[in-house]
Amino acid sequence: MNSLANPIAKPIVQPSPMTQAFWDAAGQGRLVLQTCTSCGTIRHYPRLLCTHCYSQDYFWKDSPGMGAVHSWTHCHHAFHPGFASELPYTLVTVDLDEGVRSLGIWKGGDQLAMGMRVQGRYDSSRGSLEWLFEPVSI
Amino acid sequence: MSLKDKACVTGIGETTYMRGSTQTAFELQLASSLKAIDDAGLKPTDIDGVIPVGIVSGTADDFIENFGIPDLRFSAVIPHGGASPVMALQAAAAAVAAGVCRHVLITFGRNVSMGSNKAGARIHNMPQFHYVTEFEYPMGAIAPAQLYAPMARRHMELYGTTVQQFGEVAVACREHALLNGNAVMKKPITLEDHFNSRMISDPFRLLDCSLESDGGAAVIVSAAACANDTPQPKVYISGVAEGHPDSPGSITQRPDMTSLGIGKAAKRAFEMAGVTHADIDVTEIYDCFTYAVIRQLEDMGFCAKGEGGAFVEGGRLKLGGALPTNTHGGLLSQAHVWGLNHVIELVRQLRGQGGAAQVENAKVGLVTGYGDMGDGALAIMRKA
Repeated sequence: MNSLANPIAKPIVQPSPMTQAFWDAAGQGRLVLQTCTSCGTIRHYPRLLCTHCYSQDYFWKDSPGMGAVHSWTHCHHAFHPGFASELPYTLVTVDLDEGVRSLGIWKGGDQLAMGMRVQGRYDSSRGSLEWLFEPVSI
Repeated sequence: MSLKDKACVTGIGETTYMRGSTQTAFELQLASSLKAIDDAGLKPTDIDGVIPVGIVSGTADDFIENFGIPDLRFSAVIPHGGASPVMALQAAAAAVAAGVCRHVLITFGRNVSMGSNKAGARIHNMPQFHYVTEFEYPMGAIAPAQLYAPMARRHMELYGTTVQQFGEVAVACREHALLNGNAVMKKPITLEDHFNSRMISDPFRLLDCSLESDGGAAVIVSAAACANDTPQPKVYISGVAEGHPDSPGSITQRPDMTSLGIGKAAKRAFEMAGVTHADIDVTEIYDCFTYAVIRQLEDMGFCAKGEGGAFVEGGRLKLGGALPTNTHGGLLSQAHVWGLNHVIELVRQLRGQGGAAQVENAKVGLVTGYGDMGDGALAIMRKA
């Protein structure tokens, strides 16, 4: 997982056998969502069984990463030294259009409101893999 | 069969709560356990059931070995963080009611001052946090304050809950802690102090967050039939239940992130006890964060959803208010021992041993637990 190695000692993503494909896609800049082969239900975070039909069969479906703000927090305390130089930073919870949620790092300034349309993207330019959300201009 | 009044809490024990203890978690746990056993008028070898709260220190085997217990008949592990002590009351009550054993020791100890065992690191060693550890921790969602803050923010946005209302909870707990000789926090605070305290993870300020502290706490749950011989005033477990939220492993994915497991459990416990909210004289509510008290009050039906902020205004939770709450100071101002101190305080109140914080004529009380990311439990107890 060299692509996820972290030079400033942030926690590193540790994929499981089931989620390896998710993080491989992330490293290529793609958000993928676990989708039940039998009934089409999307589940996130990844798990073994489809809660709807209990099938174990799934495929990874590409997502455009679009959604709406559900909630957020502005972080002012570094609970891990790897984030000390980032303070303050904002975490945002997003209702993805597929019906599941995603938590990412907010890159849109102080203007935040529930329902605000946002776009997610992966960014590895600062060493560690980051999942960012930005406002969508309408 | 109902568990109503089938079990009593016959013994309670606590160490001094502090920061910077040089005793290990297991030493603290053993010390409080011996106090609880003594308080119940029992010998260590009388213990035939053990529930170590979490596995942060001693195991059931450690108690067999240290106490020389000849025939331990019951042990359980309940991995739900701060909900575990009250869930343990249910497990212990079920065990003694069924005749599996007679005296269950529920025991906890921790030392967070030793080493680098801080809040941000601890949870990522727990399997129930694996989604957070994999998907959120690397993005900067490290500690419970950061995981719970979006729940509180959404509650504020939806219902108009305010920072000052969070402050009401913090101030009430602090006032009660000042009456308690065994509380870590010793200085009074005002709503203004709360508002001006350092921002941790918005909307949580420092004074919205529970303490990091060292200590041990233990209680003995005995079969009601065996409680007649014990020296302390009898306190019955009249209603007890646990509940788990939807998407228990991820707040992010929870369909309604402002709903907690205790909302599913409350009706069961009240029905079992055969009491209503108006019958509750005192409550000890798990207060990992101020917001958690407001939400549990709503989810238990003390007020409607969204009205918890207004409910705690005007000193309602203070001694002398309509619903005295966290009369020991809570996790916010007494100590953080996963809420076993809340169970102990309720027993003390119902025995009439509440000291300067005694709620006059307290007959029926309620204690809650809140764990991990929203698991919950409550117990309604009454004096004999």
